[in-house]
Amino acid sequence: MKKSITNWNNFPVVEAKEISFDFQKDLVPKLAHSSIPHGNGRCYGDASLYSDVVNTLRFDKVLAFDEHYGIITCQSGVLLSDLLQIIVPRGWFLPVTPGTKFITVGGAVASDVHGKNHHVDGAFSNHIVAMTVLTGTGETLVCNKDTNPDLFWATCGGMGLTGIILEVKFSLKRIQSAYIRQKQIKAANLDEVMELFGRNMDSTYSVAWIDCLKSGKHFGRSILMLGEHADTGETQAEHKLTPREKALFTVPFHFPSFVLNGFSVKVFNALYYAKNYKREINSVSHYDGFFYPLDSILSWNKIYGKRGFVQYQFVIPFDASREGLKNILARINKMGMGSFLAVLKLFGDQENLISFPMKGYTLALDFPIRDGLFGFLDELDQVVADYGGRIYLSKDARMKKEIFWKTYPRAREFQEILKKYDPENRFNSHLAQRLMLKV
Amino acid sequence: MEENVLILGAASDMAVAIARKFASAGYSLTLAARNVEKLEAIAADLKVRYNVAVASVKFDALDFASHEQFYHSLAERPDVVVCVFGLLGDQFEAQQHWKACEEILFTNYVGAVSILNVVANDFERQKRGTIIGISSVAGDRGRQSNYFYGSAKAGFTAYLSGLRNRLYHHGVHVVTVKPGFVKTRMIENIKTPGPITASVKKVADSVFTASKRKRDSIYVLSVWALIMLVIRFIPEAVFKRLKL
Ligand SMILES: Cc1cc2nc3c(=O)[nH]c(=O)nc-3n(C[C@H](O)[C@H](O)[C@H](O)COP(=O)(O)OP(=O)(O)OC[C@H]3O[C@@H](n4cnc5c(N)ncnc54)[C@H](O)[C@@H]3O)c2cc1C
Ligand SMILES: NC(=O)c1ccc[n+]([C@@H]2O[C@H](COP(=O)([O-])OP(=O)(O)OC[C@H]3O[C@@H](n4cnc5c(N)ncnc54)[C@H](OP(=O)(O)O)[C@@H]3O)[C@@H](O)[C@H]2O)c1
Repeated sequence: MKKSITNWNNFPVVEAKEISFDFQKDLVPKLAHSSIPHGNGRCYGDASLYSDVVNTLRFDKVLAFDEHYGIITCQSGVLLSDLLQIIVPRGWFLPVTPGTKFITVGGAVASDVHGKNHHVDGAFSNHIVAMTVLTGTGETLVCNKDTNPDLFWATCGGMGLTGIILEVKFSLKRIQSAYIRQKQIKAANLDEVMELFGRNMDSTYSVAWIDCLKSGKHFGRSILMLGEHADTGETQAEHKLTPREKALFTVPFHFPSFVLNGFSVKVFNALYYAKNYKREINSVSHYDGFFYPLDSILSWNKIYGKRGFVQYQFVIPFDASREGLKNILARINKMGMGSFLAVLKLFGDQENLISFPMKGYTLALDFPIRDGLFGFLDELDQVVADYGGRIYLSKDARMKKEIFWKTYPRAREFQEILKKYDPENRFNSHLAQRLMLKV
Repeated sequence: MEENVLILGAASDMAVAIARKFASAGYSLTLAARNVEKLEAIAADLKVRYNVAVASVKFDALDFASHEQFYHSLAERPDVVVCVFGLLGDQFEAQQHWKACEEILFTNYVGAVSILNVVANDFERQKRGTIIGISSVAGDRGRQSNYFYGSAKAGFTAYLSGLRNRLYHHGVHVVTVKPGFVKTRMIENIKTPGPITASVKKVADSVFTASKRKRDSIYVLSVWALIMLVIRFIPEAVFKRLKL
């Protein structure tokens, strides 16, 4: 049965045949000649889209949990939100989490997701003990840093192109409470926030919201947020390990896009001009609000309207960051096409095959799709590439292949590994086609 | 001691959702399926998520002769039995080949009756227990697209109401569940309208509530009560002309 599917940003929308499975043996005979795994569709683009997709959401069993050492083994379709319900009450937390808990473990591996703690804990791949992958050759192979390492490194951040990740065993982080000791610091401009990032490298979690539309001496004014897991003393004992999951409201239909900008402006201003004029605010908040502020508005993506939006996330190497960010922010500022707010984060070192992070600053911002946008983003791509940076594939729906090949220096090596584990292109996606990853 | 639920046909999505719901309320579980291998991951998952005891046993609805023995050798006597297994089958093929037709009738009706008779006798003796049967709206009126399945479910619905009538006098409760469309493997290749299609989680929540509140017969989504009311009231002279 063909149906229309799309990912979180509602662009592109494609017609696809979808199959699902809850038992590995049932899957193999059902596989189309060529298809792509599809998790919870939280990527922003065409990475999990193709004419045939394999939905993994029913493959969601948690197989083992070693509460003593904090190691969990699960099937790839389980959502991080489900895992939190299991691990938090027993004193454990995800080693790395993106800004939404509604993604699958398979998606976390395939995008090699990063969190606010990248500079101390690295990306998701850093915490994998072992995993199994159903490759294009029809074999189910175990891999990790020692066993089939080429498959392991090509699967982490490999956007589903090596095959279907089936089971993942990974290690968790010990916590004393479900709360985060949070510090918010106002920064008047870009230089100031970058200096603050540098000074707070030993904070476990750090991220900044940056106002993209200010110019002059407030160019890049931001709010930096730092966080540490709180210990028991700071929280009410009886609620100390309660996972919280309640949706505030659902956005029922596609909003016109001007609504969102108005919305985020209000939130930012409320924070920035908070009643206390203090530069620094300390508080203790539940992890759910700290990590997943947008999850409480289910389907907020519809706010952007029917045409959808793109999220533009790039990273610039550390040494070129200041100049690069200034250059790009100035362009966005001039075009006035971007969202008012963007998320800025300093990554630590990472040297993987095809994963996105590298030491430097990453900026992510939303652009509602309208005429002229893609031309503008092509220009930005060029600037990012000139500074030695790159674009996050999990957030990409439109990059040109030349930019990709220029900015992912190990792409050729990745492609060779794909040829080994998937010689007949049993796994393929619109993203892979667009970037000429599968030939 | 906590109560135990026996789930018959425990490897399906709907069964997993029902098992999770009962486990989250602290019930221990006995999972029964024809393919025990499939239960491994499901049982592990329930244990990790809810810290409850889970046993897995082989059960084939079509192996009628084994049912008595199956039930009496369970390690734990159930307090609640949920009969989930079912087979939609291929209506067209079943029109041509008796084997296919027989399998639909035997799975949905005869198999269910065979095992629930055993359960009913036990619960009647003990004067307690709850039996939940997953039937179908397809049993409310026969339609050309699935009347083998529909008539077997109609038989099952009638069986459950008779059983309820008998066991009521012995303190045993019987629930009939008519799910309507549910997003599962069974209807993966059928296009169904979103607003009248339930999730397995919704089914599980309704099943659990119905069992706690001792409801007799439920539709999972209330719009289905209305839809079926309309469908039942269409005069046969009109109904037979429709392509349903
Ligand atoms: C609000 C929001 C905030 C976000 N914040 C962050 C962030 O802070 N950091 C970050 O890194 N990302 C972030 N993301 C992006 C998101 O974490 C990734 O796109 C993630 O991969 C989505 O996972 P998914 O399960 O939804 O998979 P999908 O979006 O369906 O697929 C994503 C990719 O994973 C592959 N895949 C999925 N399952 C499997 C499998 N079993 N085997 C092989 N390949 C598979 C798909 O083929 C595809 O290439 C955010 C997204 C949203 C919506
Ligand atoms: N999906 C719907 O829209 C819908 C609507 C109304 C009612 N229902 C009813 O809901 C119940 C669950 O259906 P589902 O949608 O979850 O379908 P499903 O995925 O096809 O599940 C049916 C289950 O029944 C099991 N089964 C079939 N024959 C069996 C036998 N001889 N012995 C033991 N187990 C057997 C299957 O076992 P295997 O796993 O080994 O194949 C499978 O687990 C069924 O009774 C169905 O009729 C479904």
